[in-house]
Amino acid sequence: MNELTQRLATTPQGSGSWSALHAVFQRDLRIALRRRADTGSALVFFAIVVALFPLGVGPEFGLLRRMGPGVVWVAALLASMLALGRLFADDHADGTLEQMLLSPTPLALLVLAKTAAHWLASGLLLVLISPLLALQFDLGSEAAGVLFLSLLLGTPLLSLIGAIGAALTVGLRGAGVLLSLLVLPLCAPVLIFGAGAVEASLAGLGVGAHFSLLGAMLLLALLLAPLAAAAALRIALE
Amino acid sequence: MSWTRYAAPQLFYPLAGKMIPWFAALALLLTAVGLYLGLLVAPTDHQQGESYRIIFVHVPAAWMSMIIYLAMAFWAAVGLMFNTRLASMLAVALAPSGAWMTFLALWTGALWGKPTWGTWWVWDARLTSELILLFLYIGFMSLHAAIDDERRADRAAAVLALVGVVNVPIIYFSVKWWNTLHQGASVSLSKAPSMATIMLVGMLVMALAFWMYSIAVALARTRVIILEREHNTRWARQLLGTT
Repeated sequence: MNELTQRLATTPQGSGSWSALHAVFQRDLRIALRRRADTGSALVFFAIVVALFPLGVGPEFGLLRRMGPGVVWVAALLASMLALGRLFADDHADGTLEQMLLSPTPLALLVLAKTAAHWLASGLLLVLISPLLALQFDLGSEAAGVLFLSLLLGTPLLSLIGAIGAALTVGLRGAGVLLSLLVLPLCAPVLIFGAGAVEASLAGLGVGAHFSLLGAMLLLALLLAPLAAAAALRIALE
Repeated sequence: MSWTRYAAPQLFYPLAGKMIPWFAALALLLTAVGLYLGLLVAPTDHQQGESYRIIFVHVPAAWMSMIIYLAMAFWAAVGLMFNTRLASMLAVALAPSGAWMTFLALWTGALWGKPTWGTWWVWDARLTSELILLFLYIGFMSLHAAIDDERRADRAAAVLALVGVVNVPIIYFSVKWWNTLHQGASVSLSKAPSMATIMLVGMLVMALAFWMYSIAVALARTRVIILEREHNTRWARQLLGTT
């Protein structure tokens, strides 16, 4: 912690920002690895939600194959909401967030580093087990591959949009439900194109358009979401 | 004397009080004319029968739901950038009107959909986007309500409104992006409208009436918000008769 504070505060010429970003990224990743129960719970939640759908609608594979892409995508959306609450909450509670605000490194970049670490410890894990869940819905290897790739493009987008919501609700009572209320509507286009890509592949159509739109949204979010989240953090801590 | 002096809540309060009756009267008058044109003068549609007449409420409500969101985001942005209290109050005052218009558009759409499409609801892109817009309004109001400090609430909600504003063009262009059940826009500026002139006039009059109503209600709500936030100032105490 002391080392992090030091690296945030000092401005050695040239590589100062990079050193601070690296420190934040590494620390967040290390915390995520040491709290395996927290990190794992979102993953288990993902698997449980997906497993509940066949119990709810019946085990016919025809129906499940139709629903599979959407179910996995909705579950990924919900699971990433669950993990988002921790993105800024702990740093807010112990004052690290204020150090980040005071740091000469641009806050938007620090937010980006934190979001990247957060995605590696939550979104990426969801992506990695998605082929397994695709098997449960009898999706076939090609559709499972498209699902994997669409989640790989889509989950960083969810983390970036979610970072705005997490920053807006940091330190509020009942932040968890409010966070979902704010972020889920904004994530609708990601869901449409992400699940749409898999459905297009199942229908034998090209998936290029869906992937292009997801990629375009990801680039736009990479550019704008850290700025919006940084603005929200400044408002929250002023 | 500059018009910006009315950015002071103390001066805006009486100004809004003077404007409200005019906008309210115009809203009533235009509604009367619009409903007369729409319900009595306009002919029965040869395809949809009488049920099409719901467009005289539905289309203006749908337009207002998007315009109010833009207006809300605009005033929220002004409040965020120039740190003017009144602009933020206007944004907060506009949100419930916008949510109400969105709900009205969805509800009248359902009433129209039942006789025309045979179902209350279809998962069409435009309906879905309108539903998302309703959630965005609710999110704006919930975030504002969740933060105790008014100024912080104003600024946080403003960031959310600006993020959400990306959604409004998606709603409008979704008709072109997804080719689905919903009929394409009947009114466009580039080609002649594909509806009878009298129907169009009735709809435009109703749209103006909705504008006037929304302005009157937003101003009235702004006055309440001003009093609520300024109730400790001397002018507000004098006005309220409290000491």
